[in-house]
Amino acid sequence: MAEVALRNVIKRFDDVEAVRSISLDIPDNEFVVLVGPSGCGKSTTLRMIAGLEEVTAGDIYIGGEIVNDLPPKDRDIAMVFQNYALYPHMSVFENMSFGLRLRKFPKAEIKRRVDNAARILDITELLDRKPKALSGGQRQRVAMGRAIVRNPKVFLFDEPLSNLDAKLRVQMRTEIKRVHQMVKTTTVYVTHDQIEAMTLADRVVVMNGGVIEQIATPHDLYHHPKTRFVAGFIGSPAMNFVRCRLEQNGVGLRARISDTISLPVPPSLSDRLQSFLGKELTLGLRPEHLTEPRRSDRDQGAEFSAVLDVVEPMGMETMVYFTVDGQEICGRVDPAAAKGPGETMRLFANMDHMHLIDPHTGAVL
Amino acid sequence: MTATAISARPAGAIARGRSSLTRNRRWALFASYFFLVLFAAFFLMPPYYMVVTSLKTNAEVAHMATNPWLISDGITFNHFRELLWHTDFLIFFRNTVIVTVCVVCITMTVSILAAFSLGRMRFWGSGILATGIFLTYLVPESLLFIPLFQIVRAVGLLNSYWGMVLVYPTLTVPFCTWIMIGYFQSIPKELDEAALIDGAGHLQMLTKIFIPVALPGIIAAMIFCFTVSWADFVYPMAFLYSSDQQVLTVGTVTSLIRADVYQWGMLMAGALLAAAPPLVIYAFLMDYYIAGLTAGATKG
Repeated sequence: MAEVALRNVIKRFDDVEAVRSISLDIPDNEFVVLVGPSGCGKSTTLRMIAGLEEVTAGDIYIGGEIVNDLPPKDRDIAMVFQNYALYPHMSVFENMSFGLRLRKFPKAEIKRRVDNAARILDITELLDRKPKALSGGQRQRVAMGRAIVRNPKVFLFDEPLSNLDAKLRVQMRTEIKRVHQMVKTTTVYVTHDQIEAMTLADRVVVMNGGVIEQIATPHDLYHHPKTRFVAGFIGSPAMNFVRCRLEQNGVGLRARISDTISLPVPPSLSDRLQSFLGKELTLGLRPEHLTEPRRSDRDQGAEFSAVLDVVEPMGMETMVYFTVDGQEICGRVDPAAAKGPGETMRLFANMDHMHLIDPHTGAVL
Repeated sequence: MTATAISARPAGAIARGRSSLTRNRRWALFASYFFLVLFAAFFLMPPYYMVVTSLKTNAEVAHMATNPWLISDGITFNHFRELLWHTDFLIFFRNTVIVTVCVVCITMTVSILAAFSLGRMRFWGSGILATGIFLTYLVPESLLFIPLFQIVRAVGLLNSYWGMVLVYPTLTVPFCTWIMIGYFQSIPKELDEAALIDGAGHLQMLTKIFIPVALPGIIAAMIFCFTVSWADFVYPMAFLYSSDQQVLTVGTVTSLIRADVYQWGMLMAGALLAAAPPLVIYAFLMDYYIAGLTAGATKG
């Protein structure tokens, strides 16, 4: 049990700066997910916490102690790898107990811990098997078991579910969450899958280009992104981004996205946005806030008509794609209300959930 | 009518396709068997000739009129008896076993450590060093034995089979290291990282993870090393000259060929007995050997 802190950590590989001065505080027992596209520096950050990569500059603290120069074995951490990294010549029991045996734990204690972890992960009957006789999901459980038995200060997960098929991934995600609730250990989890990040994390750290874009709870990240990158990265299908110009309309403001469509900006934002009047901005609106008009809708917004290009029925909802001023937009409508491709459909933009973004800085205003 | 005609056509096409496939496969199999039998016969001819000659009487061997491929005067084990009890063959055998066991042990120790450090512990110049080690293997022993003669004499091991224990590793270490570098590099990087986090040092990582995981590669290297030190001819020919120090390859030949007198029966019996240990080892460890060599070849 320990808190983890990063202070202005930099990692340089020759001329490439993979991690650019990031700072992060992870309190005891928190489940933090580092998420971002490939090459954003998330895995490098995790590997620096693990001690598998040297820190170029800055400090890493585990349990209040600087660990920059400590080898991995002395950091009291356990790591679960993407490809499981199970020792192929050892049985499941030997795999799980390897770390304890190296640390010369008494045999009875090793057995107690392995049995306990096996019970938590429901792999008791697999203890005598070799890794090659296990399925992908079972291997991942064993890899987690190997981490649990050590009872470390910090759990590190490096894209542990990427090698599993979609169904198993969802199962294992729940499993990881359940295990964390049972063993309560500070956890740093790396993934490029934003759904994994949102479902697992107490807090999500969104990284891009070696810097932290935003640290927030999944709810805040989704509803209050601070940058265009975060707004676009979190949520599936991704948020729509449309060029717009702010106009004064009586006492309120409107965002004009085409010659025929202008959408009302919520009055609560009017004061803050006065200085951007007449400037070109980017309007961000999630697909679920572009729906068919609903009678019960009392939200701030506006209706408009659009000719649908593509219609994707998903069962519970239907995704509709149309273009405004050459920009593709996606809406999420009730299957009963959806029209066919080439047909005109009335749509409602719920502007209470809109985001206006400065196209130059990428900051959400 | 139409429906029948339509359904009949693709079925016929499929049947034609199948038969053509079967015909192709049959030809491929026929050609494979033909060449395999041809090559097997070609390569088995010398051992067969060896067995036949070793079981013939001296009179039959000398008699030019008989068919050399068949035994017509009856089988005799006299050559084996003579070889084992009235020549130094057993001394040669013992010397060869000592040399081979020592060379295999030395080579494996040096090569495993070298391959682990060059293949896994990335350090400045490790790539060039690995290539350099392999390049030394390309220098032929017929060139090396002259300078090595000086070295062996300088350390006082001329005409001693311990000199062979010193010189054979110059042949075996580079190749074995190269095979094992390839094998070690094919082991996922996460495995040593997991071991590091589990608390293993480099030596523990090597002994508890790498050696067991790379066992096929190690066995392949071991077989190669065994074969080289068992069958080498040039070095013992150059460095050993008294029969109590001689090894099988040179000892058998020098003691059984006196001037222009060839004791064919005993020579063949000796060759047969000398070839037996490698044959047994190959037969048992062939799968490992192939697995090890192919891993080294593709991942190295």
